[in-house]
Amino acid sequence: MSQSSSPVEFRVPPVDAVALETRAAALGTRSIKRAAKISGLKLAVAMMDLTTLEGQDSPGKVRQLCQKAKRPLPARDEVPSCAAVCVYPDLVPEAVAAVAGSGVAVASVATGFPAGRIDRAFKLREVERAVADGASEIDMVIDRGAFLSGRYGEVYDEICAVKAACGAAHLKVILETGELKTYDNVRRACRIALLAGADFLKTSTGKVSPASTRPVVLLMLEAVRDHYLETGTIVGVKAAGGIRTSKDALRYLVLVNETCGDLWMTPKYFRFGASSLLNDVLMQLEKERTGRYQRPVDFSAD
Amino acid sequence: MSKETEKSNDAAAASATGSHALQFGTAWQYESATEGTDHFEIAERYDLFVDGEFVAPQSGEYFATINPATGEPLCEVASANAADVDRAVAAAKAALPGWKRKSGDERARYLFRIARILQERAREFACLETLDNGKPIAETRDVDVPLAAQHFFYHAGWADKLDLLFPGRVPVPVGVIGQVIPWNFPLLMAAWKIAPALAGGNTVVLKPAETSPLTALRLAEVFQQAGLPAGVVNFVTGDGATGQALVRHPDLDKVAFTGSTEVGKDIQQAVAGRGVDLTLELGGKAAHIVFEDAAIDQAVEGVVRGIFFNQGHVCCAGSRLLVQESVHDLFVRKLARRMERIRVGNPLDKNTDMGAIHSAAQLARIEELVAAGVDEGATLHQSSCELPGQGFWFAPTMFTNVALSHRIAREEIFGPVLSVLTFRTPEEAVEKANNTSYGLSAGIWTDKGARILWLADRLRAGVVWNNTFNRFDAASPFGGFKESGFGREGGRAGMRAYVRLQDGLSAG
Repeated sequence: MSQSSSPVEFRVPPVDAVALETRAAALGTRSIKRAAKISGLKLAVAMMDLTTLEGQDSPGKVRQLCQKAKRPLPARDEVPSCAAVCVYPDLVPEAVAAVAGSGVAVASVATGFPAGRIDRAFKLREVERAVADGASEIDMVIDRGAFLSGRYGEVYDEICAVKAACGAAHLKVILETGELKTYDNVRRACRIALLAGADFLKTSTGKVSPASTRPVVLLMLEAVRDHYLETGTIVGVKAAGGIRTSKDALRYLVLVNETCGDLWMTPKYFRFGASSLLNDVLMQLEKERTGRYQRPVDFSAD
Repeated sequence: MSKETEKSNDAAAASATGSHALQFGTAWQYESATEGTDHFEIAERYDLFVDGEFVAPQSGEYFATINPATGEPLCEVASANAADVDRAVAAAKAALPGWKRKSGDERARYLFRIARILQERAREFACLETLDNGKPIAETRDVDVPLAAQHFFYHAGWADKLDLLFPGRVPVPVGVIGQVIPWNFPLLMAAWKIAPALAGGNTVVLKPAETSPLTALRLAEVFQQAGLPAGVVNFVTGDGATGQALVRHPDLDKVAFTGSTEVGKDIQQAVAGRGVDLTLELGGKAAHIVFEDAAIDQAVEGVVRGIFFNQGHVCCAGSRLLVQESVHDLFVRKLARRMERIRVGNPLDKNTDMGAIHSAAQLARIEELVAAGVDEGATLHQSSCELPGQGFWFAPTMFTNVALSHRIAREEIFGPVLSVLTFRTPEEAVEKANNTSYGLSAGIWTDKGARILWLADRLRAGVVWNNTFNRFDAASPFGGFKESGFGREGGRAGMRAYVRLQDGLSAG
């Protein structure tokens, strides 16, 4: 499993930056109104990994977050639960207890998030611990230092090792596209992660700017689409960081809808990693329902 | 690369059996987002625009213009006969001395004003163009109208700097210009023709296409609003006979025509030996050349834009795809999948990618050539999209197994029909791309810089796009080789076509 793969397998078609960005921008002009907007926004809530990844995180903060994820808008039953909460590994037990029985999953970042600059043995230990504590999803970071110095085999090996350590837990591989800088690098990182057995490709930690962008996510969607057509395996995509408005979220959903199609239009295969996005989506849903905008203070600030 | 290519080809071949098919269209459907049209009026009847005002035609005749998306008439438009054309040319001739005496700076101010009014009234123009032409509102909104305004802005910039364009020569106006434009970009083509003419100090009689005259007539309202002196621009609407009367008029100093090669040749004969300047922008049968090292997914997008933009009613449309044999199967599969995603339907819906075929006649022409393609043995691929019941429609179409001798590889279809051929070496690609009577545009898709330059040098085409297609800018000259015409529009070369140069040092 952890045998280095030959670099030739990581060769990918080139990416034309201008044309990729043009396509992402063109899809961004779709007009999503009325019923399509409401169903899209509800889907966005269901696809959300509600996230808190701060040094100041505490058990109390995580419990609040979990409550919000379970019932984002308690007075409105038609608003679904979020897909998961995403926390640091030491807070996994707290989160697991708080979401128990709700169907909301607990995702833990791991492998020395966000920089990943720790020994691989510690990374694996961290993953095993988070899984043992009940995390059903692991968001790992790739070794960008190894990637940028061309040691693709090492990146591949490490993902394989983490995947093994995950056991039954789903593995999301964070490419940190803001540090990879070029679309060609992103495309190659996608290929490495796909070959290494990732269950999800994730754009960013949220700690590096730019985080998720629509061209990057379009490129990742094309990668998982082609992987599925080659192998029959569906790998998900998680757009994380920098997505703050309902309009943004709908534009991402358009990318999914028109690139990968129905199979990916589910929380099982597409996620948003976000924190402030949820309240904006709730505000838009309430606006669609009542015809009026509420104040920000009308929504809980978790 | 080859190992990778083979691998993905094999895998894709496996998926072509249908075992891992993608599905679209049930998980999340967009609601229709129809642009409203109640913010402007269409009159029941439009007259000719001569000498600064709308006047009834001496012919006394009117004809209907139709909304291609429904087949329903929108309104009636005057039909200009020879006497009407005569009156319009006389108005332009009378306005010439006053207009060319104005300083460049003064002419620039009119052009800037026109550009700004076009921007202010952009939504109205976009909607009207969509109604009269059938093209999707997303294109009129994001391409036709903004580019038309850009052409007026751009040429406003040249109006007072003409002497800088031609060092050591003195640019003077050509005189009275007769212009005939096609139906595929009605407003944009009017802007391409009128803006440089006015910047150069000329006056104009323009004939819009018979089937799409409404935005030009509305442009006449903009000219009134901008206070453009009477007679500087005149519009005569009508069919081919009106156009013939115009281009043959003895008082013209120049004719500029955009349209079919057949009519272009006729015009060239008509003006021969009369000392009349001529620019022709005619048909095309452009080739995309896709190499195996191209950014494949982006090349697919570019090919889609190249042929399905504006329903393929584009003289520079990339209607032939030359794809390297090693990636042919992969590319065609991706293209076929992408074609299925093109949203065809109500052109006023903001989510529509492809609108209506412009006319019954054009639809018949497309159908005839597609039937010829099938008959001659090419393999037909068509989007399974549902087409509206009324109006003129044709689904996105691609032919594979096309031979260079097929009619669909040689004749301009002017519709959403792509012909796919293959090549093995760069030399073969150049030979096949140039093996056409036309030479308007070409597209090169490769990641290799040196190869781009090598090819661009050898392609006999007026515009060569690299890793993109159907991109336009007022600063970039546009025009053809061979039977695609001569003369350029846009940029310095375009300005050159609207002045005559005299010897001597300029006063500026």
